[in-house]
Amino acid sequence: MNRLFYIGGSIAAIVILMAIFAPFVATHDVVVQDLANRFASPSAEHWFGTDSLGRDVFSRVVYGARISLQVGITVVAVSGVIGIFIGAIAGFYGGWVDKFLSGYLFNVFLAFPGLLLAIALVAFWGAGLGKLILALCIIGWVGYARVMRGQVLKVREYDFVQAAKALGASNMRILFTHVLPNSIQPLIVQASLGMAGSVLSEASLSFLGLGIPPPAPSWGTMIEEARNYFANYPHTLFFPGAAIALTVLAFNFIGDGLREYLDPKQRTR
Amino acid sequence: MKYKFLNFARQFALILLVIWTVVSLVTLLIEFVPGSPATAILGETATAEQIANFNAKHGLDKPAFFVSYGDNGLVWNGLDNRYADYWAGLLQGDLGTSFRTDRPVLDMILERYPATIQLAIASMLVAVGIALPLGVLAGTNKNGLIDNGASFVALLGISLPTFVIGPFLVYIFAVQLGWFRPGGSLYPEDIILPSVTLGAALSAILTRMIRSSVIEELGEDYVRTARAKGLSERKVVYKHVLKNGLIPVVTILGLQLGVLLAGSIITERIFSWQGLGLLLLEDGIAKRDYRLVQGCVLVISLTYIIANSLTDFVYRRLDPRIRLS
Repeated sequence: MNRLFYIGGSIAAIVILMAIFAPFVATHDVVVQDLANRFASPSAEHWFGTDSLGRDVFSRVVYGARISLQVGITVVAVSGVIGIFIGAIAGFYGGWVDKFLSGYLFNVFLAFPGLLLAIALVAFWGAGLGKLILALCIIGWVGYARVMRGQVLKVREYDFVQAAKALGASNMRILFTHVLPNSIQPLIVQASLGMAGSVLSEASLSFLGLGIPPPAPSWGTMIEEARNYFANYPHTLFFPGAAIALTVLAFNFIGDGLREYLDPKQRTR
Repeated sequence: MKYKFLNFARQFALILLVIWTVVSLVTLLIEFVPGSPATAILGETATAEQIANFNAKHGLDKPAFFVSYGDNGLVWNGLDNRYADYWAGLLQGDLGTSFRTDRPVLDMILERYPATIQLAIASMLVAVGIALPLGVLAGTNKNGLIDNGASFVALLGISLPTFVIGPFLVYIFAVQLGWFRPGGSLYPEDIILPSVTLGAALSAILTRMIRSSVIEELGEDYVRTARAKGLSERKVVYKHVLKNGLIPVVTILGLQLGVLLAGSIITERIFSWQGLGLLLLEDGIAKRDYRLVQGCVLVISLTYIIANSLTDFVYRRLDPRIRLS
């Protein structure tokens, strides 16, 4: 394992612990406004200062980790399962099934640039946590499907799979007990990078007003709210911005570190 | 020759199929709108007559698709439906009429499109301008101080979202130093901050690619030959290594053009850059002008598909290894 992996892992662990123990870590209520105390600078009372409505920025950043991780974990889990399933079918059955799935369906979902499909879906459906997660799953699954398909194509030619086939194992048994466990490594890398991507996408959509509506303390929403005042009160934007950057950096580090560790060709570099 | 032509025809057919699906999805998205577009535009107090007029004007009184499924099972609605209308318009270069302004959607898009293209190209220039020297320096000083520094800057660029970089650039260069205006797209220099913001992530990706490309090429035989005949290291790197190392970079640039077009939505919002993204957000989504949203999403997606297909095509011509495989 390389250094970046450990740095990323440590930051991610802090963020996860912060999200789990948010009620104990946070110093103030996240929605209670204190209009007499707007834009207070960081102090012993308010570690990260207060925002335009006098709410404690530190507590909101802490609770924001909950929203980010909730979205990230749900999106990675749901889109991962769907993607792995579809990718496995495409790779394992081959023929016209694969032609339809990887030749056509994958390309359709890759034809929308990044966030645009999510923006379009949320624009027509309306904003909200559930719709946001659904939209991110719809754009997310194809990444896992491609990785899984490639893995299955490779693994299904291995001797032990051929042996299982010769012994009369059913397709499902071969897929789940032989092919899947041997395809899991690159999927973990993909999941880690997907986690970073989902956290970033949630913040982006919330920043555009298409994600989680206020007063929920989403990091993206906090930046959007701070944008109009940050020239005079940069702390309102700095802390949520740093939280997003560190979290995304952490999961990217983990993904990159794992990939390097699992790929001996890159390790020697 | 025949094989080559068949291959090309198959690729082309696939692109058409993908475009057809994308257009169909965008067309049918409007069916997801909670309530009806008419009440979203006219408000809850609109009379039944106003709503009927609005629906008739925008063809919303017609059935959504060729068939529909209701209490009577599958029903054939005939050829006169909204899906067919949209396609008929599209093939004649008509994206419909804005629900809000009654102007043709295509005209509204064409007014804003050049600004978005300008921003995308400027960001690309910024990205290449940063990544080329940084990537070469990092690659030629592998694992040295410069390499580690460049890698750190690159990772920072990938992880920092545009909506964090943008406001901080504004804070430093517009508010504190007063070199630029904080937003708008009136003067030529207004493009600098948005293009740096949008290009930062791309420059990070490119730096890493150029670095590993340079490292890989430096290990090739022709580099040893070039060194053996006494060429300066500078000439080896810039005349030989870069030439070969840039092929994958060119591809990434092509693929990233579409990403930049989509990514510009956030950047345009930060800097009030009057492009397609701002049109989509402020005139389309915020005002619930769904016809305009459809048009913007469609134009951005089609640009992305076409840019990707062209890149793919050029790449295949450039590198015979890919053509054969």
